[in-house]
Amino acid sequence: MTEIKLPVSADEIRKLKAGDEVSITGVMITARDAAHKYMVETDAPEVQEVLKDSMIYHCGPVVKKDGDTYSFVAAGPTTSIREEPYEATVIEKYGVRGIIGKGGMLDKTLDACGKFGCVYLSAVGGLATTLARSVVEVLDVHKLEEFGVPEAMWVIRVENFPAVVTMDSHGKSIHDDVARDSRENYERLVGK
Amino acid sequence: MGHEKLSEHFLELIRRASTVLPRDVEEAIERGIENEGEGSGAASTLRLLLENARQAKEGATPICQDTGALLFFVDIGPDFRQKEVEAAARTAAAEATAKYYLRPNAVDAVTGKNSGDNTGIGMPYFHFDQMDEDGLRVRLLLKGGGSENVSAQYKLPDGGLKAGRDLDGVRKCVIDAVYNAQGKGCAPGVIAICIGGDRGSGFASSKMQFLRDLGDTNPDSTLAELEDRLMTELNELGVGPSGFGGKTTVLGVKIGKRHRVPASFFVSVSYLCWATRKAAMMVKGGEVSYD
Repeated sequence: MTEIKLPVSADEIRKLKAGDEVSITGVMITARDAAHKYMVETDAPEVQEVLKDSMIYHCGPVVKKDGDTYSFVAAGPTTSIREEPYEATVIEKYGVRGIIGKGGMLDKTLDACGKFGCVYLSAVGGLATTLARSVVEVLDVHKLEEFGVPEAMWVIRVENFPAVVTMDSHGKSIHDDVARDSRENYERLVGK
Repeated sequence: MGHEKLSEHFLELIRRASTVLPRDVEEAIERGIENEGEGSGAASTLRLLLENARQAKEGATPICQDTGALLFFVDIGPDFRQKEVEAAARTAAAEATAKYYLRPNAVDAVTGKNSGDNTGIGMPYFHFDQMDEDGLRVRLLLKGGGSENVSAQYKLPDGGLKAGRDLDGVRKCVIDAVYNAQGKGCAPGVIAICIGGDRGSGFASSKMQFLRDLGDTNPDSTLAELEDRLMTELNELGVGPSGFGGKTTVLGVKIGKRHRVPASFFVSVSYLCWATRKAAMMVKGGEVSYD
């Protein structure tokens, strides 16, 4: 298990290899479909600082409001592939060092990881209650009114957030490996 | 039964569906752990799922943050009115959102504006069947977006798959859909299939197959045989829990059929994530029971 403290440098990130289990501590931000479109189409001034050398969590949480304080009730990863058209640009533009989600992403993102020093990390899909316990504090939220709770950009402090590096900055993707292996089984089963 | 009382029952039904993993699903995951073998990564991922479910039940928090679309399948007796049942369910959906059993999950299709309480045009979704006897039987399915996005509909014959208009053609469609889903629908999933129908009814009735107990046997022996075969073959794909590889790609395969017009042969394949959230209640003579 490798401990990652945010903010993190590109050099640290380049030491990670696909298959490494990590435990992440520090400040990161959630972003899904509306947020990615926003980060690409504008300069997203309110999140520039927190994104630099930090990570994006593909997550649309269930959030409890208690007076002026928010807390995460359920917060597993959402499917990352929807952000494939945007992610490479976001990584380059904002200096993001890690993307956390589920299901993996494609070549454009994998190339950006290599070029700019970033990794893709998988959290286990559906592990919502367990992962919410790693989110120890909600520091801020952007675009809550406009995007709604799941799509808003939540600035969170996580402690010992568990994830696995499944796409590294050296061109290796576990998702590609599983897809290739299962392709052989698929062809045998459908008789291709 | 008054609106307030009935809404309370619906609220409890939603709480159970969102926060308690059904026993048949838990057992299927336990069988997966056995098959994967001690010490394997796949087995430890599956074990995390059960631990998450235990924590969710204990704290009455959602098993998955994508609490999905609410699909109510209602058998309605002559002593209930459809409009009143729908109104009670809508009130309960809003209340369940306020209590954090549900994420606000209904957005305007065009503007993207979140209604904030899980109600909107066509949301929640209702399917009504008339019962002869008095009472109300409600089965609720919470269907998340990730798994819905990897569901697929095929039209036989399919040249690319070399799939003809027969059960072997159906088999190839299902394998294709689950292969394409990889880990994106939160494997291991439950696969529900409708053979026949039209494009709309095919998908709608495939979803009703999710309501079956995972351990049951299809009364149609031909379909039962195909279910068994697909269960084995899909688990040979190697996608595994979370799509990280392994022997547990699906937890169950359920197949139904509908008559079709001679010109159309649709195969509708619905995918449901491992976090299969379903619950049922029976309301009769002022009393309610859940299972």
